[in-house]
Formats: sequence, structure tokens, C-alpha cells
Amino acid sequence: MTSWLLLAEAGATAGSPEGGLFDLDATLPLMAVQVVLLTFILNTLFFRPVGRVVEDREGYINTSRAEAKQKLAQAQRLEADLKEQLKEARVASQKLIQEAEQDADKLYRQALAVATAEAIASREQARREIDTQRESALTQLRADADKLGDLIVDRLLAAK
Amino acid sequence: MHLPFAALEVGQQLYWQLGNLRLHGQVFLSSWVVIGALLALVVVGTRSLERDPRGVQNLLEFIWVYIRDLAREQIGEKVYRDWLPFIGTLFLFIFVSNWGGALIPWKLIHLPHGELGAPTADINTTIALALLVSLSYFYAGLSRKGFRYFEYYVEPTPIMLPFKIIEDFTKPLSLSFRLFGNILADELVVGVLAFLVPLIVPLPAMFLGLFTSAIQALIFATLAANYIGEAVHEEHH
Repeated sequence: MTSWLLLAEAGATAGSPEGGLFDLDATLPLMAVQVVLLTFILNTLFFRPVGRVVEDREGYINTSRAEAKQKLAQAQRLEADLKEQLKEARVASQKLIQEAEQDADKLYRQALAVATAEAIASREQARREIDTQRESALTQLRADADKLGDLIVDRLLAAK
Repeated sequence: MHLPFAALEVGQQLYWQLGNLRLHGQVFLSSWVVIGALLALVVVGTRSLERDPRGVQNLLEFIWVYIRDLAREQIGEKVYRDWLPFIGTLFLFIFVSNWGGALIPWKLIHLPHGELGAPTADINTTIALALLVSLSYFYAGLSRKGFRYFEYYVEPTPIMLPFKIIEDFTKPLSLSFRLFGNILADELVVGVLAFLVPLIVPLPAMFLGLFTSAIQALIFATLAANYIGEAVHEEHH
């Protein structure tokens, strides 16, 4: 073990008859074949399956993200739509309330007018009835007074 | 004398004879450990893949995304998918080799010749990887652009031709020697320090070694992806 750090030739002479650092032989082509074989084996066992998994996942993430974006856009569109509808519904309900109030007002006015008219009519009739009764009562009274006067006159004239 | 773990051997190989081919046995042994660890991690992590990741799946997905980003940035959106496994395998193999070389107590296992260590500390491994990168970028360029690929050598001006041709040789050379040198140097520094002062003192060098190991794996993978990206790059006139 005293031959450490000797150069190639020295190492060669110290050990076997051949050798050295730059000893090229059939190791070279066989190692090349070995590495080529390893390439094919690793391609089948490692690069293809793992690549497929990684790229599938990348594809899955991309499509999921695109889908999510699409869904978000759809949701936003729907939200805008619904807001619009809500606004319209509010306006419509406002209008309905106004109309209903106007209707109620009109009905109230109509009813009031009818009632007033009826009241006036019945008062008129009552007055007319009172007038006719008074008229007839007055006529009766006048007639009675005339008859009484005639009677008084007759009696006084007869007594004389 | 010194501790049994603190010995250093450089350039010693455990030779295996396969027909009339000679192999560096220790490199294959440690590379099998590395590959085994990688495959074990991958098999455990991908046993039940779910959309909501749990446990090891998180780690695997992190690695995958890291490598994907690296490849996409260097090669370009259009073709990075074809080269992702290659770049990823380079990165993982080099990274686990480097860290395995630094973290696994190989010295406890005695070999008749040589010693176990990071597979990337052997010049054969790094040249093999670098040549694979060269072949890949030639193949990538030719298969994508046909013979128009060679327009790349005369762009933007034909004066570039010799330099571009030289580049084809310097690329694998620099790739392989950078990795080999860094990892071997790291092992040597830690080994020498452990040999001189077995306690505490080698620790900073070990941490630095882990850092270097990770950086080297990243550099190798990034450069490989960059060369492929250069080859498939379309000039817009």
C-alpha cells in the first residue's frame, strides 16, 4: 500500500501487468450498452408513467381552473341578471302599490260621492215631504179657520 | 501504520475475462449497485401512482419535473420529449454513481485487485457516456433535419467549418475528462486526507466532494441536452 498517488504507469507496474488510469478496454462498449438499456428501462418504469401522472395533473389543474373561471363568470352574470330583475321587481311593486292606493282613493271618493248624493237626496225628499205636509196642514188650518169664522159669524148674527 | 480503510490504489483494476475481452470488474460491480439502487427507488416510487402524490412519488415527481425543465430549456419545446429519458438517465446514473462513490463505504469490501468506487471514476464509463452523447446529437440532428444538419457546420460563415469539426471531437473529450477528472480527484483528495488524518479533517473535503458530484452530474446532463438542442435547432433566415 505504499503506491498511493502514483501515476497510471507506476500503478500499472505495481499491480497487475496491465492497468492504469487510462486503461481502455471492453468495459467501454459494455458500459455504453448498459446505459442504453438503463435508458429504456427507466423510460418504461419511470419517465413515461411519472410524466403521465404529472402532466395529467397539470392538465387537470388547468381545466379545473378554466372551469372555475367560467363558473365564476357565469355566477357573476347570473348575479347581475338577478340584480336587474330585483330592481325591476321593486319598480313594479312600487307601481302596483301606487296603483292600488290610487284605486282605493278613487273607490273611497266614489263611495263618498254616492253617499253624499244619497244623503242630499233623502234630505231633499224629507224637506219636500215636510213642505207638502206643512202645505196640507196649513190648507187644513185655513179651511178650519174659515169654517170657524163662518160659524162665529153665523152665531153672532143669529143672536142679534 | 495506518487504518485499513485509508489505503489508496490508483490505476489498479479487477480484470474479468469474457471470451477474449477484458473488463474492469470493479466498475461493473459498483455500476450494478448504482443501477440496482435506481431501479429499486423507481419501482418503489411508481408502485401506486396517484393524482395526490404520497411518499416516494413526491421525490420521483420532483426529479421528473427537474429533468423535464432542464431538457426543455436546453433542447427546446418541440423535441425535448424524445430526449427526456436519455438526458434523465444520464443525470440519474451519473448523480447516483457519484454520490454512491462518496457515500457507500466501499472500502469495507475487499477485492483481490483494485477497489470499488464510483463507476464514473473510471475513464471507460465516462468515455462511454460521452460517446453516447455524441451519437445522440448526431442522430438527433440527422433524423430531424436530414442532410441539412450539415448546414450547421457552415453557419454563420464557412470559416467556422474547421472549428465545428474540431468541436465534434472536443465535445466528448471534454465531457468525459471533466467528469472523470472531477470524480477521481475527489476520491483521491478524500483518500489522501483520510490516509494522513483519519478523523474529522476529511469531512469538509467529503462535503465538497458531494457538492462537486451533484454539480458534475448536472453539468454533464445540461451539456448533453445543450448539444442535442444545438443539433436540432432550426435557423430562421
